[in-house]
Amino acid sequence: MSEHPRAGGELPWLDGSGPESNLVVSTRVRLARNLAETPFWGRNTALHREGVLRSVMGAAEGTTGLAGASLVRVDTLSRTERLWFHERHLISRDLAGLDAVGRVRSAAAFLAAGAGPSVMLNEEDHLRLQAFRSGFALSAAHADVALVEAELGARLSFAFHPEFGYLTSCPTNVGTGLRASVLIHLPALVMTREVGKVLRGLGQVGLTHRGLSGEGSGLLGNLFQLSNQTTLGKSESELLDHLARLVQQVMEYEERARTVLRRDAPTALDDQVWRAWGLLRHARALGFEEAVSLLSAVRLGVGMGILPAMEMATLNRLLVLAQPAHVAQAVGTGLEDETLPAHRATLVRRQLEGKEEGG
Amino acid sequence: MTHCEVCHEREAVVHLTEGEGNQARTLHLCSRCAVERGAAIDAGTVGMPLAAFLAAMGGGGVMLASAGAQSVHCPACDATLGDFQASGRLGCPTCWTTFERSLRELLRRIHGAARHVGGRPADGDVVEGGGSAVSQQVERLRAGLAAAIREERFEEAAVLRDRLHTLTEEAEGE
Repeated sequence: MSEHPRAGGELPWLDGSGPESNLVVSTRVRLARNLAETPFWGRNTALHREGVLRSVMGAAEGTTGLAGASLVRVDTLSRTERLWFHERHLISRDLAGLDAVGRVRSAAAFLAAGAGPSVMLNEEDHLRLQAFRSGFALSAAHADVALVEAELGARLSFAFHPEFGYLTSCPTNVGTGLRASVLIHLPALVMTREVGKVLRGLGQVGLTHRGLSGEGSGLLGNLFQLSNQTTLGKSESELLDHLARLVQQVMEYEERARTVLRRDAPTALDDQVWRAWGLLRHARALGFEEAVSLLSAVRLGVGMGILPAMEMATLNRLLVLAQPAHVAQAVGTGLEDETLPAHRATLVRRQLEGKEEGG
Repeated sequence: MTHCEVCHEREAVVHLTEGEGNQARTLHLCSRCAVERGAAIDAGTVGMPLAAFLAAMGGGGVMLASAGAQSVHCPACDATLGDFQASGRLGCPTCWTTFERSLRELLRRIHGAARHVGGRPADGDVVEGGGSAVSQQVERLRAGLAAAIREERFEEAAVLRDRLHTLTEEAEGE
């Protein structure tokens, strides 16, 4: 990882500075693009994939959006390194080869400069461009990624069909190729058992939801990723507007649920928040899921004024830094190390040190 | 509509990629000219409705394509609808044209629409120097700015406005 210090080394999209940072951790917009005349993943060869790398690298030179970007070849990284980049959302589980079989395809790579937009290469589509923003910032994240897309599109020939739009390997992404998602924290809706109803409602109006890292039950840390389900038949701005309106509504439901909690169960709420704070500040061993769940309660406590004000950035960053590969990398050990929970607890304590006096 | 490159009359429905050494070229042909040219496609199956795989992804009842429909191969990558049915993934961009009728149905089920209305590549497939790409960027930034103002995200709006400003100044300077 040290060879690529600039590749996704910064995490400004977790700095809590964006709109609605109280509830929305971050926003991501990705665009799927493929090169014309080149077979998709599944029917392409290592040679085709190397060709994709060369074409995109060549096109990226001289762009402003990818200025100074470095190419990271995922197929040369160790498992811990691949997991590390996945934990930063720079590469998907699939591209990182983190599934049960654990094989990385040849020429799997990504292109990134600092915290700017990045491009996954040879994922399911030849290019998956993505941009992250702090808080609820769909337009800004889209503007970031659209700029890079336009610059690359001026130098590459993207597969485009006049009727179907931008062509993708899977029909669920065709058209705009746009998937916008918002990582939102909904603890009060979970506590009041309203969240299922809300999420089912979203499903009926064209939104999908996933858990924190794009897998699992969606209950990890009460964090949900809400994104548009369809990519065809609506313009980019219509898709973004639709998602924005629904996210706005979900935020209102969450606020209402918080009011209910405050009214009906103030003592239990206080106790849960302060216990979480106590554990994070004093525990000597923490599992990742436990840490995220405690961070969720602390986040709620800060948002509701139960705990003294503290920077959301600290809590947001811990969501990434407390993950297995990050802890392992920080202490120079492996994923199998049994002392990881102890190291994680130390890391969390250090990050939170002095925070309660700060308010 | 793309016209057949041989008769210049009928709509091109077969897109045949031919390779010689390192050079590959795609021919856009109507079904009749394709058969005359000896493309390995039977005129009777070109553009035939193929509905085999729709159900699995669209959630409806299971339908099976006729043996004839299943045997159509994409002229560029050789994939069949059967391959698509098994993997859920198309083989290459040309598959979209080869299987377009079936895909249209599938898209209606997935997206509730089968026609793209969003952004398009700048004029021409490849634009050297990025001239028209700049105007496209400007257009996108303007749209983003309008949305940001509408959504009362003024901090983002300010960022977008500055970018727009820089971009238009650069364009004028060239």
